[in-house]
Amino acid sequence: MAEDLKKTPLHDLHAALGAQMFPFGGWTMPLRYGDILEEHRAVRERAGLFDVSHMGEIVVRGPRAGSLVQELVTNDISGMEDGQAVYSPMCAGDGGVLDDLLVYRLEAGHYMLVVNAANTGRDLAWVRSHAGEGVEVEDVSGRTALLALQGPRAAEVLKPLAGFDPGSLGSYRFVRGPVAGVECLVSRTGYTGEDGFEIYLDAGDGAGVWQALMESGRNHGLVPAGLGARDTLRLEASLPLYGHELNEKTTPLEAGLGRFVKLDKGPFTGREALQRQQREGLSRRLVGLSMLDRGVPRAGYPVLVGDDPAGAVTSGGYAPTLNACLAMAYVTSSVNPGDRVAVLIRGKKCGAAVVPLPFYKKSARREAEPKTLK
Amino acid sequence: MIMDGLLYSEDHEWIKVNGKSGRLGITHYAQEALGSVVFIELPEEGSRVAAGEPLGVVESVKAASDYYAPVSGKITAVNGELLDSPGLINEDPYGKGWIAEIELEDPAELDKLLSPEKYGELLEKEGK
Repeated sequence: MAEDLKKTPLHDLHAALGAQMFPFGGWTMPLRYGDILEEHRAVRERAGLFDVSHMGEIVVRGPRAGSLVQELVTNDISGMEDGQAVYSPMCAGDGGVLDDLLVYRLEAGHYMLVVNAANTGRDLAWVRSHAGEGVEVEDVSGRTALLALQGPRAAEVLKPLAGFDPGSLGSYRFVRGPVAGVECLVSRTGYTGEDGFEIYLDAGDGAGVWQALMESGRNHGLVPAGLGARDTLRLEASLPLYGHELNEKTTPLEAGLGRFVKLDKGPFTGREALQRQQREGLSRRLVGLSMLDRGVPRAGYPVLVGDDPAGAVTSGGYAPTLNACLAMAYVTSSVNPGDRVAVLIRGKKCGAAVVPLPFYKKSARREAEPKTLK
Repeated sequence: MIMDGLLYSEDHEWIKVNGKSGRLGITHYAQEALGSVVFIELPEEGSRVAAGEPLGVVESVKAASDYYAPVSGKITAVNGELLDSPGLINEDPYGKGWIAEIELEDPAELDKLLSPEKYGELLEKEGK
């Protein structure tokens, strides 16, 4: 391989499972173990287990840690409690998105930022360059494994192994406790649009806990799931992916992430630029497209209104649960839900309807179903 | 899985020759490498294609990939059933998942294709 790809602590396990690997964000990651559609369906209907150890973890601690994080992210973390996680964009001075991340408050003056794999180095340098006195910034990505257990049966799968009740954990809350005898940080978060947990633990324990979860999940129809299914799941749930919906040239307001931008929380990096954009209005924004003609929209394909260029697709593909070809795209602000546009697919104009996001929303949390699969 | 009685291209298409015409598709290995097929762009009936040129596009969940004409000729039929059931390419790549029928322009081109044995060697050599 030309580039030197990093391997997660579960690499040998993926090889043993016969995973098809692919390069992602500087890592070699499982794309799929079997059929992506099957893995997708398992997560929507039962549960799937993902190795997402490529994600970066940056620990920020010290008396000034809270004010540093507050100054770097667009969401308001001042009211956070211990054991709470918050999603936020992190912007440059011009309002462009440097990354989107989860802030975990471990305790006052002690936070963990969970960032995108490909951005970890840059984020680390960015956080350090703003840190100053009274804050220690440490990259713990290399010694951290991250497993995502996702799907309506995730809590049932986790429960017999956990030294706590996973079902009672609130959304975007986390606990530190044992899973299969291993000390973990477990949050009720995910990137699939389903209920689920993300489990942080020492790299060396990753494979053992994975196997314990697979064993516990056997009667619940738990399957290993790759990043292929993760991508179709997050597309349906309309969750942005850095490098697609988000980049340095895009603001969180354009991306439809305004609810994670607290312009009135006090000073933060990018605030003036975002206030100005808010005041002056957006010239383009993220919308959903649902194909009317046959064709699969993919990232980079132009969007047309009549014959005029109106934007481009950032993510697209076949959405298994909705049985439709869907895309997220940046288009000029004059385009609205209900409008009809075209996606240029290999030179051919294919009709698409502009639809509201998200495409998919899970139904209210189901009661634990006692029945097991044969 | 390689079928006897077919000829194979290095790009992982197969053709079953019957006199001066042939039926073609993509191989078992190709469909497995692609994963679930969710859409296919078929060639146009009556169009002329040259050996090695893109014949259409097959879309898996992950990506769009070209497939190529194993021989030159005129497309005489396409498998319209694939438009509604692209998964047939995964389920039965040498049968119900056939893609098109072609009228051979130059039967001598068939000599450049691979026998089942040679195609098996190719897959083995590429570590597949």
